[in-house]
Amino acid sequence: MREAAVPGAGGFSPSVADFIALLKPRVMSLVVFTGLAGLIAAPGHIHPVLAGVALLCIAIGAGASGAINMWYDRDIDAGMTRTQDRPLPAGRMDPSSALGFGVTLSVGSVTVMGLGVHWAAAGLLALTIAFYVFVYTMWLKRRTPQNIVIGGAAGAFPPMIGWAAVTGDVSLMPVLLFAIVFFWTPPHFWALALYKAGEYAKVGVPMLPVVAGKAETRRQIVIYSLILVPLTLAPWALGLASAIYGAPAAVLGLVFLAGALRVAVAKTDAAAKGLFAYSILYLFLLFALVIADALLAAPSRGL
Amino acid sequence: MADERNDASDVHKKRRGRNIAMLVALAGLVVLFYVITIVKLGGGN
Repeated sequence: MREAAVPGAGGFSPSVADFIALLKPRVMSLVVFTGLAGLIAAPGHIHPVLAGVALLCIAIGAGASGAINMWYDRDIDAGMTRTQDRPLPAGRMDPSSALGFGVTLSVGSVTVMGLGVHWAAAGLLALTIAFYVFVYTMWLKRRTPQNIVIGGAAGAFPPMIGWAAVTGDVSLMPVLLFAIVFFWTPPHFWALALYKAGEYAKVGVPMLPVVAGKAETRRQIVIYSLILVPLTLAPWALGLASAIYGAPAAVLGLVFLAGALRVAVAKTDAAAKGLFAYSILYLFLLFALVIADALLAAPSRGL
Repeated sequence: MADERNDASDVHKKRRGRNIAMLVALAGLVVLFYVITIVKLGGGN
C-alpha cells in the first residue's frame, strides 16, 4: 500500500511551498503559542533574543516531526481527502527528500536549542520529536484507538519546553499545562474523528469511532471533558494563577462541557464540528489567559 | 513540444526557488549564531 504514494512518472520537482507544507504550519501555530505561554509563565528572566530562539526551535522541531510523520504516513494520506493533496501523496516530492528534510531540521532544532538556550529544553524537545515520530506515528497510530490519547503527549510538551528554556527545570505549573493539553487532545481529535470516521476506516487507522463506534466515542468525549475542565482550574485552585486566569477559564470550560454534552445528546455531525472548532479556540484562549495572568498578576505574587 | 518547454521552465523556476530558500536559510543560520553569540557574550543568560 505504501508504494501507492509514489507516482509513476519520474522526476520530482517540489516547490518551496511543498517543503513548508511538510512542516504542518497550522499545527505549528498552536504549538508555538503554548510554548510562548510556558516561556512567559516561567519565573525568572530570559533574554528576548534567546526567547525568540527557543520559540523558533520549538516551531522547527514540531514542524520537523510533522515532516517525518508525512514521510511515514504517505500511504494512508493518499487515501483521505483531507490529506491527499500533501506533497508526498500528490507525487510532488520524493519521499527520501521529506525524510531528510525532517531529520535535518529535528537535529538542527535540538542542537540550536541546546547550544543557544538550555540543554534541559533541548532534551525535552528531542523527547517530544522522538515521542511523536516513534511512539505516535510508527507505533500507536495504526495499532490502537488509544493512538491520540498517548500520542497527544507530544503536543503537550511545548509549554514545558518553553518553561525549561527559562528555568532549566520542570515544576508543578508546567506539568499542569502539559496535563491540560494532554486531556484536551482526545475530545478535540475525537470530535473531528466523529464526522471523518469513514475516511479513517477507509485507510485502516483505528480511530475510536471506527473501532468502538460513535456512541462510545461520544461517551469518551464527555469523560475526558469532565477531567479536562477541573484540570484547567487547578492552577487557580493551587495558587499558581490568579482569578485573571481562573474566572474566565471556568466560563470557557463550562462552554466546552456544554459542547461535549451537546455532542453526546444531539448525536449530529454539526455538534461534533462545533466542538472541534470551539476546542481550538478554547485552547488558544486558555493559554492566552496563562500569558495574561503571568504578565498582570504574577509580579504581585513575587514570581 | 511547447508543453515540454513549459515543464522545463517550471522545473527551473521551482529549483531556483529552492536554491534561494536554501540561501536564505543558511544566511539566517549565520545571523542566528552571530546574535546568540553576542547575547551570550553580553551575559544574557
